[in-house]
Amino acid sequence: MKRTKEVKIPLSLYRAIEEKIEGSDFLSVSEFITYAARKALTELGGHGEQLSEEEKEEIRKRLRALGYL
Amino acid sequence: MVVPHGGRLVDRVLKGDRRKEALERARVLPKLELSRELAFEVENIATGVFSPLEGFLGREDLESVLDHGRLANDVPWTIPIVLDISEDVAKSIRDELVLCYLGEPVAIMEVEEVYTYDKERMALGVYGTTSEEHPGVLKVKGMKELLVAGKVELLNPVPSPFPKYKLSPKETRVLFELKGWRTVVGFQTRNVPHIGHEYVQKTALTFVDGLFINPVVGRKKPGDFKDEVIIAAYEALMENYYLRDTAVLAVLQMEMRYAGPKEAVHHAIVRKNFGCTHFIVGRDHAGVGNFYPPYAAQEIFEDYPDIGIVPLFFRSFFYCRRCGGVVNEKICPHGEEHKVNFSGTKLRRVLKGEEDAEEVLIRPEVEEVIRSYPEPFVEGG
Repeated sequence: MKRTKEVKIPLSLYRAIEEKIEGSDFLSVSEFITYAARKALTELGGHGEQLSEEEKEEIRKRLRALGYL
Repeated sequence: MVVPHGGRLVDRVLKGDRRKEALERARVLPKLELSRELAFEVENIATGVFSPLEGFLGREDLESVLDHGRLANDVPWTIPIVLDISEDVAKSIRDELVLCYLGEPVAIMEVEEVYTYDKERMALGVYGTTSEEHPGVLKVKGMKELLVAGKVELLNPVPSPFPKYKLSPKETRVLFELKGWRTVVGFQTRNVPHIGHEYVQKTALTFVDGLFINPVVGRKKPGDFKDEVIIAAYEALMENYYLRDTAVLAVLQMEMRYAGPKEAVHHAIVRKNFGCTHFIVGRDHAGVGNFYPPYAAQEIFEDYPDIGIVPLFFRSFFYCRRCGGVVNEKICPHGEEHKVNFSGTKLRRVLKGEEDAEEVLIRPEVEEVIRSYPEPFVEGG
Protein backbone atom coordinates (compact mmCIF):
# COMPACT_ATOMS: atom_id res chain seq x y z
CA MET A 1 0.00 0.00 0.00
CA LYS A 2 1.28 3.45 -0.89
CA ARG A 3 1.98 5.37 2.33
CA THR A 4 2.47 8.86 0.94
CA LYS A 5 0.28 11.47 -0.74
CA GLU A 6 1.23 14.31 -3.01
CA VAL A 7 0.48 17.87 -1.96
CA LYS A 8 0.92 21.07 -3.94
CA ILE A 9 2.78 24.11 -2.67
CA PRO A 10 3.71 27.30 -4.55
CA LEU A 11 6.84 26.88 -6.64
CA SER A 12 8.43 29.96 -5.06
CA LEU A 13 7.98 28.41 -1.61
CA TYR A 14 9.42 25.12 -2.85
CA ARG A 15 12.49 26.94 -4.20
CA ALA A 16 12.90 28.93 -0.98
CA ILE A 17 12.84 25.72 1.07
CA GLU A 18 15.24 24.04 -1.33
CA GLU A 19 17.66 26.90 -0.90
CA LYS A 20 17.23 27.04 2.88
CA ILE A 21 17.84 23.34 3.52
CA GLU A 22 20.96 23.11 1.41
CA GLY A 23 23.73 21.91 3.70
CA SER A 24 21.30 21.31 6.58
CA ASP A 25 20.21 17.99 8.10
CA PHE A 26 17.11 17.92 5.88
CA LEU A 27 17.73 15.69 2.88
CA SER A 28 14.74 16.81 0.84
CA VAL A 29 11.95 19.37 0.63
CA SER A 30 9.48 16.57 1.47
CA GLU A 31 11.36 15.80 4.67
CA PHE A 32 11.30 19.47 5.65
CA ILE A 33 7.58 19.83 4.90
CA THR A 34 6.79 16.67 6.90
CA TYR A 35 8.77 18.03 9.84
CA ALA A 36 7.16 21.49 9.65
CA ALA A 37 3.65 20.08 9.29
CA ARG A 38 4.06 17.78 12.30
CA LYS A 39 5.41 20.64 14.38
CA ALA A 40 2.52 22.86 13.37
CA LEU A 41 0.00 20.15 14.21
CA THR A 42 1.52 19.71 17.66
CA GLU A 43 1.48 23.44 18.31
CA LEU A 44 -2.10 23.80 17.18
CA GLY A 45 -3.12 21.26 19.81
CA GLY A 46 -6.73 20.58 20.68
CA HIS A 47 -7.75 17.85 18.32
CA GLY A 48 -7.96 14.33 19.55
CA GLU A 49 -9.91 15.49 22.59
CA GLN A 50 -13.36 14.15 21.87
CA LEU A 51 -14.69 13.63 25.34
CA SER A 52 -18.38 14.25 25.86
CA GLU A 53 -19.48 16.40 28.80
CA GLU A 54 -20.88 13.24 30.42
CA GLU A 55 -17.56 11.47 30.11
CA LYS A 56 -15.72 14.48 31.50
CA GLU A 57 -18.08 14.63 34.47
CA GLU A 58 -17.50 10.92 35.15
CA ILE A 59 -13.75 11.49 35.12
CA ARG A 60 -14.10 14.58 37.31
CA LYS A 61 -15.99 12.47 39.88
CA ARG A 62 -13.35 9.75 39.87
CA LEU A 63 -10.51 12.28 40.22
CA ARG A 64 -12.32 13.89 43.14
CA ALA A 65 -12.90 10.50 44.79
CA LEU A 66 -9.22 9.65 44.43
CA GLY A 67 -8.20 12.94 46.02
CA TYR A 68 -6.70 14.56 42.94
CA LEU A 69 -9.15 17.49 43.02
CA MET B 1 -3.55 20.50 25.40
CA VAL B 2 -0.76 18.69 23.59
CA VAL B 3 -1.93 16.46 20.73
CA PRO B 4 -1.52 12.75 21.50
CA HIS B 5 1.26 10.95 19.66
CA GLY B 6 0.23 10.18 16.11
CA GLY B 7 -2.62 12.69 16.31
CA ARG B 8 -5.32 10.82 18.21
CA LEU B 9 -5.71 9.34 21.67
CA VAL B 10 -6.48 5.68 21.23
CA ASP B 11 -9.43 4.39 23.24
CA ARG B 12 -10.13 0.69 22.81
CA VAL B 13 -11.82 0.06 26.12
CA LEU B 14 -15.08 -1.77 25.57
CA LYS B 15 -18.14 -0.62 27.47
CA GLY B 16 -21.86 -1.41 27.74
CA ASP B 17 -23.42 -3.72 25.19
CA ARG B 18 -20.28 -4.02 23.09
CA ARG B 19 -18.39 -5.29 26.12
CA LYS B 20 -21.18 -7.67 27.07
CA GLU B 21 -21.30 -9.07 23.55
CA ALA B 22 -17.51 -9.44 23.42
CA LEU B 23 -17.42 -11.20 26.79
CA GLU B 24 -20.02 -13.64 25.52
CA ARG B 25 -18.01 -14.26 22.35
CA ALA B 26 -14.85 -14.69 24.40
CA ARG B 27 -16.24 -17.76 26.15
CA VAL B 28 -15.69 -19.97 23.14
CA LEU B 29 -12.55 -18.40 21.66
CA PRO B 30 -9.01 -19.72 22.15
CA LYS B 31 -7.32 -18.18 25.16
CA LEU B 32 -3.79 -17.06 25.86
CA GLU B 33 -2.60 -16.47 29.42
CA LEU B 34 -0.39 -13.41 29.69
CA SER B 35 2.32 -12.44 32.15
CA ARG B 36 1.58 -9.37 34.28
CA GLU B 37 3.90 -7.28 32.10
CA LEU B 38 2.12 -8.28 28.89
CA ALA B 39 -1.25 -7.64 30.49
CA PHE B 40 0.02 -4.13 31.29
CA GLU B 41 0.99 -3.69 27.62
CA VAL B 42 -2.52 -4.66 26.53
CA GLU B 43 -4.07 -2.16 28.90
CA ASN B 44 -1.60 0.53 27.87
CA ILE B 45 -2.52 0.02 24.22
CA ALA B 46 -6.26 0.10 24.91
CA THR B 47 -6.23 3.16 27.17
CA GLY B 48 -4.07 5.23 24.83
CA VAL B 49 -0.84 5.21 26.83
CA PHE B 50 0.80 3.78 23.70
CA SER B 51 -1.12 5.91 21.17
CA PRO B 52 -1.08 5.63 18.19
CA LEU B 53 -0.73 1.83 18.63
CA GLU B 54 -4.04 0.00 18.51
CA GLY B 55 -2.56 -3.43 18.96
CA PHE B 56 0.64 -5.48 18.97
CA LEU B 57 3.05 -4.64 16.17
CA GLY B 58 3.08 -6.48 12.87
CA ARG B 59 6.23 -7.34 10.96
CA GLU B 60 6.39 -4.16 8.88
CA ASP B 61 6.12 -1.89 11.90
CA LEU B 62 8.47 -4.04 13.95
CA GLU B 63 11.19 -3.94 11.31
CA SER B 64 10.77 -0.20 10.89
CA VAL B 65 11.01 0.34 14.66
CA LEU B 66 14.16 -1.76 14.90
CA ASP B 67 15.86 -0.24 11.86
CA HIS B 68 14.67 3.38 11.99
CA GLY B 69 13.18 3.99 15.44
CA ARG B 70 9.88 4.83 13.73
CA LEU B 71 6.68 3.04 12.82
CA ALA B 72 6.21 2.19 9.15
CA ASN B 73 4.23 5.44 8.72
CA ASP B 74 7.27 7.37 9.99
CA VAL B 75 5.82 8.29 13.39
CA PRO B 76 8.59 8.13 16.04
CA TRP B 77 8.50 4.85 17.98
CA THR B 78 11.50 3.11 19.52
CA ILE B 79 10.32 0.17 21.63
CA PRO B 80 8.68 -2.87 19.99
CA ILE B 81 5.36 -3.65 21.63
CA VAL B 82 5.03 -7.28 20.62
CA LEU B 83 3.30 -10.44 21.78
CA ASP B 84 5.33 -13.63 21.58
CA ILE B 85 3.71 -17.05 21.25
CA SER B 86 4.86 -20.65 20.86
CA GLU B 87 4.31 -22.69 17.70
CA ASP B 88 1.71 -24.79 19.51
CA VAL B 89 -0.32 -21.74 20.42
CA ALA B 90 0.06 -20.41 16.86
CA LYS B 91 -1.54 -23.60 15.55
CA SER B 92 -4.62 -23.10 17.71
CA ILE B 93 -5.16 -19.46 16.81
CA ARG B 94 -8.14 -18.40 14.70
CA ASP B 95 -9.32 -14.90 13.78
CA GLU B 96 -9.72 -13.84 17.37
CA LEU B 97 -7.83 -14.59 20.54
CA VAL B 98 -8.76 -13.90 24.14
CA LEU B 99 -5.92 -12.49 26.18
CA CYS B 100 -6.19 -13.47 29.85
CA TYR B 101 -4.42 -12.54 33.05
CA LEU B 102 -4.76 -14.72 36.17
CA GLY B 103 -7.36 -16.71 34.27
CA GLU B 104 -9.64 -13.72 33.64
CA PRO B 105 -10.18 -12.29 30.17
CA VAL B 106 -8.46 -8.94 29.74
CA ALA B 107 -8.90 -8.29 26.03
CA ILE B 108 -9.96 -9.67 22.69
CA MET B 109 -7.34 -9.58 19.97
CA GLU B 110 -8.18 -9.47 16.30
CA VAL B 111 -5.41 -11.63 14.87
CA GLU B 112 -3.87 -10.03 11.78
CA GLU B 113 -0.54 -11.77 11.43
CA VAL B 114 1.64 -14.47 12.96
CA TYR B 115 5.30 -14.13 12.03
CA THR B 116 8.85 -15.10 12.81
CA TYR B 117 11.50 -12.64 13.96
CA ASP B 118 15.21 -12.46 14.57
CA LYS B 119 16.06 -12.20 18.27
CA GLU B 120 19.58 -10.87 17.66
CA ARG B 121 18.21 -8.17 15.42
CA MET B 122 15.64 -7.27 18.04
CA ALA B 123 18.28 -7.10 20.79
CA LEU B 124 20.54 -4.91 18.67
CA GLY B 125 17.72 -2.70 17.45
CA VAL B 126 16.43 -1.96 20.94
CA TYR B 127 19.37 -2.38 23.29
CA GLY B 128 22.30 -1.85 20.93
CA THR B 129 23.93 -5.03 22.19
CA THR B 130 23.52 -8.80 22.18
CA SER B 131 25.29 -9.24 25.51
CA GLU B 132 23.34 -11.45 27.87
CA GLU B 133 24.57 -9.31 30.74
CA HIS B 134 21.96 -6.83 29.62
CA PRO B 135 18.62 -7.71 31.29
CA GLY B 136 16.65 -6.63 28.21
CA VAL B 137 18.68 -8.87 25.91
CA LEU B 138 18.24 -11.77 28.28
CA LYS B 139 14.51 -11.23 28.16
CA VAL B 140 14.46 -11.15 24.34
CA LYS B 141 16.46 -14.38 24.19
CA GLY B 142 13.89 -16.02 26.45
CA MET B 143 10.95 -14.99 24.27
CA LYS B 144 8.90 -17.53 22.34
CA GLU B 145 9.62 -18.15 18.68
CA LEU B 146 6.72 -16.37 16.98
CA LEU B 147 4.97 -13.00 17.25
CA VAL B 148 1.28 -12.41 16.84
CA ALA B 149 0.04 -9.02 15.69
CA GLY B 150 -3.38 -7.43 15.84
CA LYS B 151 -5.63 -4.84 17.41
CA VAL B 152 -6.86 -5.35 20.95
CA GLU B 153 -10.04 -4.31 22.73
CA LEU B 154 -10.03 -4.21 26.51
CA LEU B 155 -12.67 -6.25 28.30
CA ASN B 156 -11.51 -5.80 31.89
CA PRO B 157 -8.89 -3.60 33.56
CA VAL B 158 -5.73 -5.26 34.82
CA PRO B 159 -5.74 -5.33 38.65
CA SER B 160 -3.40 -2.73 40.07
CA PRO B 161 -1.53 -2.79 43.37
CA PHE B 162 -1.98 1.01 43.40
CA PRO B 163 -5.58 1.70 42.31
CA LYS B 164 -5.47 5.11 43.96
CA TYR B 165 -2.66 6.18 41.66
CA LYS B 166 -3.70 4.52 38.43
CA LEU B 167 -4.86 7.11 35.90
CA SER B 168 -5.42 6.78 32.18
CA PRO B 169 -4.28 9.43 29.69
CA LYS B 170 -7.91 10.50 29.30
CA GLU B 171 -8.05 11.12 33.03
CA THR B 172 -4.73 12.94 33.32
CA ARG B 173 -5.68 15.18 30.41
CA VAL B 174 -8.91 16.17 32.15
CA LEU B 175 -7.01 16.58 35.43
CA PHE B 176 -4.41 18.91 33.89
CA GLU B 177 -7.17 20.92 32.24
CA LEU B 178 -9.10 21.25 35.49
CA LYS B 179 -5.96 22.36 37.27
CA GLY B 180 -5.46 24.99 34.61
CA TRP B 181 -2.09 23.61 33.56
CA ARG B 182 -1.22 24.54 29.98
CA THR B 183 2.33 23.24 30.31
CA VAL B 184 3.18 20.08 32.23
CA VAL B 185 6.54 18.44 32.77
CA GLY B 186 6.66 14.65 33.10
CA PHE B 187 9.14 12.94 35.39
CA GLN B 188 9.92 9.28 34.90
CA THR B 189 11.35 7.38 37.82
CA ARG B 190 12.08 3.89 39.06
CA ASN B 191 13.74 5.10 42.25
CA VAL B 192 12.88 6.59 45.60
CA PRO B 193 13.50 10.34 45.51
CA HIS B 194 16.74 11.81 46.76
CA ILE B 195 17.42 15.55 46.96
CA GLY B 196 18.89 15.54 43.45
CA HIS B 197 15.60 14.28 41.97
CA GLU B 198 13.67 16.88 43.91
CA TYR B 199 15.95 19.63 42.69
CA VAL B 200 15.59 18.57 39.04
CA GLN B 201 11.79 18.37 39.36
CA LYS B 202 11.53 21.75 41.03
CA THR B 203 13.92 23.39 38.60
CA ALA B 204 11.77 22.18 35.70
CA LEU B 205 8.58 23.16 37.53
CA THR B 206 9.85 26.71 37.79
CA PHE B 207 9.26 27.09 34.05
CA VAL B 208 6.00 25.18 33.56
CA ASP B 209 2.57 25.08 35.20
CA GLY B 210 2.56 21.55 36.61
CA LEU B 211 4.70 18.53 37.46
CA PHE B 212 3.56 14.99 36.68
CA ILE B 213 5.56 12.49 38.73
CA ASN B 214 5.03 9.14 37.06
CA PRO B 215 6.94 6.22 38.60
CA VAL B 216 7.08 3.03 36.59
CA VAL B 217 5.67 0.07 38.47
CA GLY B 218 6.16 -3.42 37.14
CA ARG B 219 9.02 -5.84 36.67
CA LYS B 220 12.38 -4.40 37.65
CA LYS B 221 15.81 -5.83 38.12
CA PRO B 222 17.06 -7.23 41.44
CA GLY B 223 18.43 -4.48 43.66
CA ASP B 224 15.94 -1.83 42.44
CA PHE B 225 13.54 -0.41 44.99
CA LYS B 226 10.23 -2.22 45.35
CA ASP B 227 7.26 -0.40 43.86
CA GLU B 228 5.47 0.06 47.17
CA VAL B 229 8.58 1.67 48.67
CA ILE B 230 8.88 4.13 45.77
CA ILE B 231 5.24 5.17 46.07
CA ALA B 232 5.40 5.55 49.86
CA ALA B 233 8.62 7.58 49.56
CA TYR B 234 7.03 9.93 47.03
CA GLU B 235 3.94 10.32 49.19
CA ALA B 236 6.18 11.45 52.05
CA LEU B 237 8.13 13.84 49.81
CA MET B 238 5.03 15.39 48.27
CA GLU B 239 3.24 15.78 51.56
CA ASN B 240 6.12 17.66 53.09
CA TYR B 241 7.85 19.49 50.26
CA TYR B 242 5.47 20.05 47.31
CA LEU B 243 2.56 22.35 46.66
CA ARG B 244 -0.62 20.38 46.10
CA ASP B 245 -1.66 22.58 43.20
CA THR B 246 1.48 22.14 41.16
CA ALA B 247 2.39 18.46 41.43
CA VAL B 248 0.56 15.20 40.78
CA LEU B 249 1.62 11.60 41.39
CA ALA B 250 0.32 8.69 39.31
CA VAL B 251 1.82 5.31 38.46
CA LEU B 252 2.66 3.93 35.06
CA GLN B 253 2.18 0.16 34.94
CA MET B 254 4.91 -0.76 32.53
CA GLU B 255 7.96 -2.92 32.63
CA MET B 256 11.41 -1.27 32.69
CA ARG B 257 13.49 -2.43 29.76
CA TYR B 258 16.76 -0.62 30.54
CA ALA B 259 17.08 0.29 26.87
CA GLY B 260 18.76 3.63 27.66
CA PRO B 261 18.31 6.11 24.78
CA LYS B 262 15.59 4.14 22.98
CA GLU B 263 13.63 3.85 26.18
CA ALA B 264 14.06 7.57 26.94
CA VAL B 265 12.26 8.36 23.68
CA HIS B 266 9.57 5.82 24.56
CA HIS B 267 9.14 7.36 28.01
CA ALA B 268 8.75 10.80 26.45
CA ILE B 269 6.11 9.57 23.97
CA VAL B 270 4.12 7.92 26.75
CA ARG B 271 4.15 11.11 28.84
CA LYS B 272 3.07 13.11 25.80
CA ASN B 273 0.04 10.84 25.62
CA PHE B 274 -0.70 11.57 29.27
CA GLY B 275 -0.80 15.26 28.30
CA CYS B 276 2.71 16.42 29.18
CA THR B 277 4.30 19.16 27.10
CA HIS B 278 7.78 18.66 28.54
CA PHE B 279 9.77 15.66 29.72
CA ILE B 280 12.82 15.47 31.98
CA VAL B 281 15.75 13.45 30.68
CA GLY B 282 18.60 13.08 33.11
CA ARG B 283 21.97 11.39 33.09
CA ASP B 284 21.92 7.74 31.96
CA HIS B 285 18.12 7.70 31.66
CA ALA B 286 16.81 4.11 31.71
CA GLY B 287 20.36 2.82 31.52
CA VAL B 288 21.90 -0.23 33.11
CA GLY B 289 25.54 -0.98 33.95
CA ASN B 290 27.85 0.71 31.47
CA PHE B 291 25.92 -0.16 28.33
CA TYR B 292 25.20 3.44 27.32
CA PRO B 293 27.26 6.63 27.41
CA PRO B 294 25.97 8.89 30.23
CA TYR B 295 24.22 11.37 27.93
CA ALA B 296 23.21 9.09 25.04
CA ALA B 297 19.60 9.29 26.23
CA GLN B 298 19.70 13.05 25.64
CA GLU B 299 21.57 12.99 22.34
CA ILE B 300 19.06 10.61 20.71
CA PHE B 301 16.40 13.34 20.75
CA GLU B 302 18.34 15.09 17.95
CA ASP B 303 16.95 12.35 15.70
CA TYR B 304 13.38 13.20 16.70
CA PRO B 305 12.69 16.87 16.00
CA ASP B 306 9.11 15.81 15.25
CA ILE B 307 8.45 14.00 18.54
CA GLY B 308 6.00 16.64 19.77
CA ILE B 309 7.16 16.92 23.39
CA VAL B 310 9.97 19.13 24.63
CA PRO B 311 12.76 17.16 26.30
CA LEU B 312 14.43 19.00 29.19
CA PHE B 313 18.00 17.85 29.58
CA PHE B 314 19.65 17.88 32.97
CA ARG B 315 23.28 17.26 33.82
CA SER B 316 24.13 15.73 37.18
CA PHE B 317 23.36 17.82 40.20
CA PHE B 318 25.32 17.61 43.43
CA TYR B 319 25.42 19.27 46.81
CA CYS B 320 28.32 21.67 47.30
CA ARG B 321 29.26 22.30 50.92
CA ARG B 322 30.92 25.62 50.04
CA CYS B 323 27.97 26.87 47.99
CA GLY B 324 25.69 25.53 50.70
CA GLY B 325 23.16 24.18 48.24
CA VAL B 326 22.34 21.93 45.32
CA VAL B 327 24.27 23.04 42.21
CA ASN B 328 25.69 21.67 38.98
CA GLU B 329 28.96 21.88 37.14
CA LYS B 330 27.82 24.95 35.20
CA ILE B 331 27.27 27.06 38.27
CA CYS B 332 29.65 25.79 40.95
CA PRO B 333 33.37 26.72 40.85
CA HIS B 334 34.44 24.51 43.76
CA GLY B 335 36.50 21.33 43.77
CA GLU B 336 35.56 17.69 44.21
CA GLU B 337 36.37 17.78 47.93
CA HIS B 338 33.31 19.95 48.54
CA LYS B 339 30.87 17.85 46.55
CA VAL B 340 28.33 15.33 47.73
CA ASN B 341 27.12 13.44 44.67
CA PHE B 342 23.58 12.13 44.45
CA SER B 343 23.05 8.73 43.00
CA GLY B 344 20.58 5.92 43.36
CA THR B 345 23.47 3.53 43.86
CA LYS B 346 24.88 5.63 46.70
CA LEU B 347 21.45 5.88 48.28
CA ARG B 348 21.03 2.12 48.13
CA ARG B 349 24.42 1.65 49.79
CA VAL B 350 23.52 4.10 52.57
CA LEU B 351 20.21 2.37 53.21
CA LYS B 352 21.91 -1.01 53.27
CA GLY B 353 24.34 0.38 55.87
CA GLU B 354 27.31 -0.07 53.53
CA GLU B 355 28.09 3.66 53.47
CA ASP B 356 27.64 6.52 55.95
CA ALA B 357 24.51 8.60 55.55
CA GLU B 358 24.83 12.19 54.34
CA GLU B 359 22.13 14.45 55.67
CA VAL B 360 22.02 16.30 52.34
CA LEU B 361 21.27 13.16 50.33
CA ILE B 362 17.67 12.46 51.24
CA ARG B 363 14.83 14.16 53.12
CA PRO B 364 14.45 12.73 56.65
CA GLU B 365 10.74 12.00 56.13
CA VAL B 366 11.55 10.01 52.99
CA GLU B 367 14.37 8.10 54.67
CA GLU B 368 12.11 7.22 57.61
CA VAL B 369 9.50 5.76 55.27
CA ILE B 370 12.06 3.70 53.36
CA ARG B 371 13.60 2.39 56.57
CA SER B 372 10.18 1.27 57.77
CA TYR B 373 10.34 -1.51 55.14
CA PRO B 374 12.42 -4.47 56.36
CA GLU B 375 13.43 -5.29 52.76
CA PRO B 376 12.96 -2.29 50.43
CA PHE B 377 14.76 -3.84 47.45
CA VAL B 378 13.65 -6.23 44.72
CA GLU B 379 15.11 -9.57 45.73
CA GLY B 380 17.92 -11.36 43.96
CA GLY B 381 20.54 -8.56 44.06
